Amino acid sequence: MVAASAVSDEQARLWAVLADVPDPEIPAVSLVDLGIVREADAAGRRVVLTPTYTGCPATFAIESDVRRALDAAGFGDVRIDTTLSPAWTTEWITPAGRDKLRAYGIAPPRVAGTSAVACPQCGSTDTVEISRFGSTPCKAQWRCEACLEPFDLFKCH
Amino acid sequence: MPSLPPILPRDVARAERMTHAGEHGFDAPVVDPHGAALFEYALRLGDDALILGQRLSGWTGRCPTVEVDLSLANFALDLVGQATHFLGYAGKVERRGRDADRLAYHRDVLDYRNCLLVEQPNGDFARTMARQLLFSTYQKMLFDRLLVSADDFIASVSAKAVKEVAYHEELAAEWVIRLGDGTEESRQRMADGLAWNWRFIPELFDRDDVDEAMAGAGTGTDPTAFRDAYDARIGAVLTEATLARPADQRPILGGRRGHHSEHLGHILSEMQFLPRAYPDAKW
Repeated sequence: MVAASAVSDEQARLWAVLADVPDPEIPAVSLVDLGIVREADAAGRRVVLTPTYTGCPATFAIESDVRRALDAAGFGDVRIDTTLSPAWTTEWITPAGRDKLRAYGIAPPRVAGTSAVACPQCGSTDTVEISRFGSTPCKAQWRCEACLEPFDLFKCH
Repeated sequence: MPSLPPILPRDVARAERMTHAGEHGFDAPVVDPHGAALFEYALRLGDDALILGQRLSGWTGRCPTVEVDLSLANFALDLVGQATHFLGYAGKVERRGRDADRLAYHRDVLDYRNCLLVEQPNGDFARTMARQLLFSTYQKMLFDRLLVSADDFIASVSAKAVKEVAYHEELAAEWVIRLGDGTEESRQRMADGLAWNWRFIPELFDRDDVDEAMAGAGTGTDPTAFRDAYDARIGAVLTEATLARPADQRPILGGRRGHHSEHLGHILSEMQFLPRAYPDAKW
């Protein structure tokens, strides 16, 4: 009984450590919010990450950040594996992650079947694309026609 | 006096992990059941992406507008990312200890396997976008088919890359239409850009023994199978751009076997300068 709860405590602590690692490009969200952490297994001493984009320059930074956080929390012997399959998709961003993105000023990726992009500032859907690419490969630049503010849209991927 | 940091238990654990990582998952050595064909195939996929990525990075800071600058820099980033995966895979298949960097920086012209289209000079913006349309349309259709490759690695990279390439194709098509159906000057430039690149299309669909072996194994795909779809798609863009289909010229082949135009040597001399001048450089 005691042993079983110690195991699940350790498992919860591992997830908590990972949930505290911010994305290097968008520090408002964590790697868990983004769905980059695919698996965390305290008993198996293993964490599985999946890169977001093939050319994402943050891929290596992400792995280093996770390593540092694990080492600092006493998980130095936990192995980090990277998997490409199944391919990461913006659908893996958690509802909490979507809220955090919006609060940070980035419109979260559109949900399949909807086309409207809501301005993260004022909520208006009267918005236009300015540029297909933005400050990072995962974002496009948009502008709100209601409040006239430019904003980033996390591209559906 | 400076001293070396002490070796801590976690350093030992890290060293052990690194040794261990070689036996699992991402870093596992790959057994090549198809002899050299899989190595060649992975090189072709990787070299196409690498050389076009290098070409496009030449536009950084020089594009007509900052939005286009961002777009082309991001295309280059996507392509170099694909190249890193495919060349890294080629190195594992080959089992001679070469990684993606080694293959990118320590091969000469004759060992490159990219198609001739991607090594063509950027020319003006119209010519660059014409080349992009012709290549990205091909690459999109190729990855669409490699999604179901029997080779898990190729399938998973394709699944990721196909979404990126869809963006490349869309943006290139928009520019071909905008310039073609634009001013007299932009129209002429786009017509010239298409005419320049047109003779390199047949090479994309030239099937050889590597393609056949890979298609037969379910790893690759027969490029001739999507030639009609390709022509239809390019034709639709040209129609919307109000441009005539350029006249077919005598096709130029050879890139897949290492017979390149003079341009590739110039690309490599720039791209490989640092490792050539400082072979042991680390960063």
